[in-house]
Amino acid sequence: MDITSETHSQHISRQFNQELEELKTHLMTMGGLVEQQVQQAIQALLDGDSRLAEEVSEGDHQVNEMQLKIDDECTRVLARRQPAASDLRLVLAVIRATADLERIGDEASKIARNALTLIESGNGVRGLVEVRHISEHVRKMLRDALTAFARFDTELALQVVHEDDAVDDEYGSAMRSLMTFMMEDSRAIGPVLSVMWILRALERVGDHADNLAEYVIYLVKGLDIRHMDPDQLDESALKRKG
Amino acid sequence: MGIEGMVNPPVIDFPREASCFDIAGLSLAYGDTPALEGLTLRVPRHRVTAFIGPSGCGKSTLLRALNRLHDLDETVTQRGTIRFEGQDIHAPEVAVDELRRQVGMVFQMPNPFPMSIYDNVAFGLRLQGGLTRRQRDDVVEWALGAAALWDEVKDRLGDSAWSLSGGQQQRLVIARTLAVKPSVLLLDEPASALDPISTLKIEDLIRSLKGQLTLVLVTHNMQQAARVSDYTAFLQQGRLVEYAPTDTLFTNPRLAHTENYITGRIA
Repeated sequence: MDITSETHSQHISRQFNQELEELKTHLMTMGGLVEQQVQQAIQALLDGDSRLAEEVSEGDHQVNEMQLKIDDECTRVLARRQPAASDLRLVLAVIRATADLERIGDEASKIARNALTLIESGNGVRGLVEVRHISEHVRKMLRDALTAFARFDTELALQVVHEDDAVDDEYGSAMRSLMTFMMEDSRAIGPVLSVMWILRALERVGDHADNLAEYVIYLVKGLDIRHMDPDQLDESALKRKG
Repeated sequence: MGIEGMVNPPVIDFPREASCFDIAGLSLAYGDTPALEGLTLRVPRHRVTAFIGPSGCGKSTLLRALNRLHDLDETVTQRGTIRFEGQDIHAPEVAVDELRRQVGMVFQMPNPFPMSIYDNVAFGLRLQGGLTRRQRDDVVEWALGAAALWDEVKDRLGDSAWSLSGGQQQRLVIARTLAVKPSVLLLDEPASALDPISTLKIEDLIRSLKGQLTLVLVTHNMQQAARVSDYTAFLQQGRLVEYAPTDTLFTNPRLAHTENYITGRIA
């Protein structure tokens, strides 16, 4: 059966409702923090703001701590409640989601470190147009994935899954144009490589957002779509399962 | 959430497996009180099937119907058919004692007879007759071994069965049932009166027996059903609501009613 965002607050045990509610809230808090890390890392790069880049890099430990805390809460729920059905799927989805959010945090600090290198080199940087474009796309994916999680919205989640292919394409073409910059001017190789690392990190953020969206579908429908070709996923397949 | 389970036909995700019991349109009432209503389901052979559901849902009534334990209750009226290995169990040519030899039953409270451990297990064999003492000894040893009790009692077979712990008594009762070589074991809350360690031993025993026997388990302990059974049928108010492989039922049930019950959302 399909579940809604209300499903987990209807147990006989109010304590259990509260525990599951807290899992969701804490996951959303972590999601918000990670979203902010990515946004600020990109902003630091585009504004040439080295202090902001340092802040992002230092902020990663906070993300790591949240992962540990939420995983710990999940472990407790598993041990004490032996959840079943949608409760079990919620706990599993949260555990998986924290792992992806933590990795997004890592990517954000990677972006921040490369931004710092670029800022400190003091040279003009090429490829920022591509970075801005892909970062906007990826951040929208991340935001939508988190919204889908909060609302148990599988349609939105499915959109995110499809978006990931578009980001992969954009990443490929951005890499090609950066390659030509390097061929034109060998002095640009260092900074362009940094930009490539940043693009690579953004592309990975998109992959993690895609994973988050897949967990939403698992959570709501009980359907594990990891490793499935997004083109073969259609609404009707999801509906049948639900 | 809707009430689809109560008005719609049940959701049955049944395996392509040989069936041991075929139940069709089974309705049963105690006097004017209906206990089962139009139940149709199959119990697969050499698997563990669990019946779960809230108190009064009819799961024990259904279990008891499988070896005609309701025969002696004159208030019971029953319709529909139950086939055991293809044979209608209410057909005139079916001898109820032979049915119960093949379809053994274990109850919630261990009920060893007031006699020695050995005599408990040998009881059914003596009734049947035809075995030499030596042969009987062998069967007793085999049955106690199959019930995972032999090592604990082999040096004290002459002791009273009541000297055993509750968990041991329950395994003794299972050994007594196994001694007459049934092909089905019906278990009605077999571990609910036992401590956690004894419960795990009974659950292990259930798993070890399923290669040779069909097991049907009634339990109100959902984790137990999830741990030991291959298939789970969820009953509510005398009707089958959902019947599916246990892995599916406990991770992704199709109906809200099932979900509510197994996740503790029914007040």
